[in-house]
Amino acid sequence: MGIVKRSPWLLHYDGSSCNGCDIEVLACLTPVYDAERFGIINTGDPMQADIFLITGGINTQNQAVVKQLYDQMPSPKVVVAVGVCACTGGVFKECYNIIGGADTTIPVDIYVPGCAARPQAIIDGIIKAVALFQERADEQEANQKGQKTENAALNEAGKETGNGN
Amino acid sequence: MAKQSIVPFGPQHPVLPEPIHLDLVLEDEKVVKAIPSIGFVHRGLESLVEKKDFNEMTYVVERTCGICSFMHGMGYCESIEHIMNVEIPDRAKYLRTIWAELSRIHSHLLWLGLLADAFGFESLFYQCWRMREKVLDVFELTTGGRCIFSVNKVGGVLKDMDAEMLKVMLDVTAGIEEELKVIKKTFLFDYTVESRLKGVGVLTKEQAHNLGAAGPFARASGIKMDMRTTGYAAYKDLDMEIITSEAGDSFARCEVRINEIFQAIDLIRQAISKIPGGELSAVVKGNPNGEYFMRVEQPRGEAIYYSKANGSKFLERMRIRTPTFANIPSLLETLKGADFADVPLLIVTIDPCISCTER
Ligand code: SF4
Repeated sequence: MGIVKRSPWLLHYDGSSCNGCDIEVLACLTPVYDAERFGIINTGDPMQADIFLITGGINTQNQAVVKQLYDQMPSPKVVVAVGVCACTGGVFKECYNIIGGADTTIPVDIYVPGCAARPQAIIDGIIKAVALFQERADEQEANQKGQKTENAALNEAGKETGNGN
Repeated sequence: MAKQSIVPFGPQHPVLPEPIHLDLVLEDEKVVKAIPSIGFVHRGLESLVEKKDFNEMTYVVERTCGICSFMHGMGYCESIEHIMNVEIPDRAKYLRTIWAELSRIHSHLLWLGLLADAFGFESLFYQCWRMREKVLDVFELTTGGRCIFSVNKVGGVLKDMDAEMLKVMLDVTAGIEEELKVIKKTFLFDYTVESRLKGVGVLTKEQAHNLGAAGPFARASGIKMDMRTTGYAAYKDLDMEIITSEAGDSFARCEVRINEIFQAIDLIRQAISKIPGGELSAVVKGNPNGEYFMRVEQPRGEAIYYSKANGSKFLERMRIRTPTFANIPSLLETLKGADFADVPLLIVTIDPCISCTER
């Protein structure tokens, strides 16, 4: 991923996971695996988060919560689904209350397999997410710049032609 | 009367590792009432008995909760074994006991970490989780998995531990014992920690009894109840004393759990010194027919596994009753009159496992 230009903040939400993936995500953030060395930091506040890490599938009650958390995050944002439950529904796919994986509700960018997902796999997912986040942020910045110059050009043009009155 | 206000708490909250929602009715800074609403993790796991046969269900039951996964599998398997009158080999019983006690160490260390985090002592949190990683390494060595290791099956266990692994286990637990003796000082004899824990969230013995509290939470209020004394798996051959405390506050809960880690280490030593050789599993033929209640002492308290079979491959009904569910009424009681700032701490002291509760 080269040199880290940005330090994305990470939000973790437990969908309907069995806790297995959940504690592995937490274990990744503690010093033994220390995912924070990649420049990320764990936050509890969706409004400041850039990477959304979701464990567990979507059920009828948490669907609205997940959607809301996703909507509250500023763009650009990256979603990582950790564990087979979040990827597809996993062992609980056939349960009456499970709608499916996280992608049934929000767009997922990176899928981390495993039941429970191993810390190594989770870290791999996080690194990919950081890279993707940088890409998106760059793109957004370029777009904004482009828009600015466009606006400026339009303004210029407006001044030249339209300021008769 | 002061003005009342309602503060929603959860399902997504920085201190909560799991989603539970509470509506806290506050009067100034004091909680008057807490109204829980649950269901964010409900999957409907018990209904899977209609689609998976009784052997496959073992793996589903293990995924009720990733922290005490092994004991869930064990409780379920023992209930089916009782229905089918299968006597499992002694070695399997001992192996189950060893893994179960290791799970208890891992779960309690995890809890100690979360408690430290809840009162804002981050380095202590990291220390506890660092120790916990050693237990997970032993799990990985003996079973291949870290959280969910699926070594149970109806009739016994799937994997064996050789002499070398048992030795590693003894070494690792001895190391944890030494380190815990040091960390214990911070938890139990530190002025700052004491001021956050002592006298906070008191639950009297009578209240605990009336509200049906379970596990270390009840034992901290002086109730002598531990399902391990019923002697499932190999517990009947091991010596153990039920650890209790009288105070019933958060400090007592912390103390009970720390002592239970020492106890678990001792039980592992006893089990390893007595472990017999032999087969790993008994032959299981046919389908179960009948019903059975199995009671297991999980790190969080008593869990009940009820299975009802009708002679076919698929069970008719399977039900799990988990300790956190039993502890929620007591939690609501302790929240009454608590400071708003203590709410996260009090929620953590029951060691909530929401995914078990809602399944
Ligand atoms: S993928 Fe497996 S370990 Fe992870 S939440 Fe689902 S059942 Fe639990």
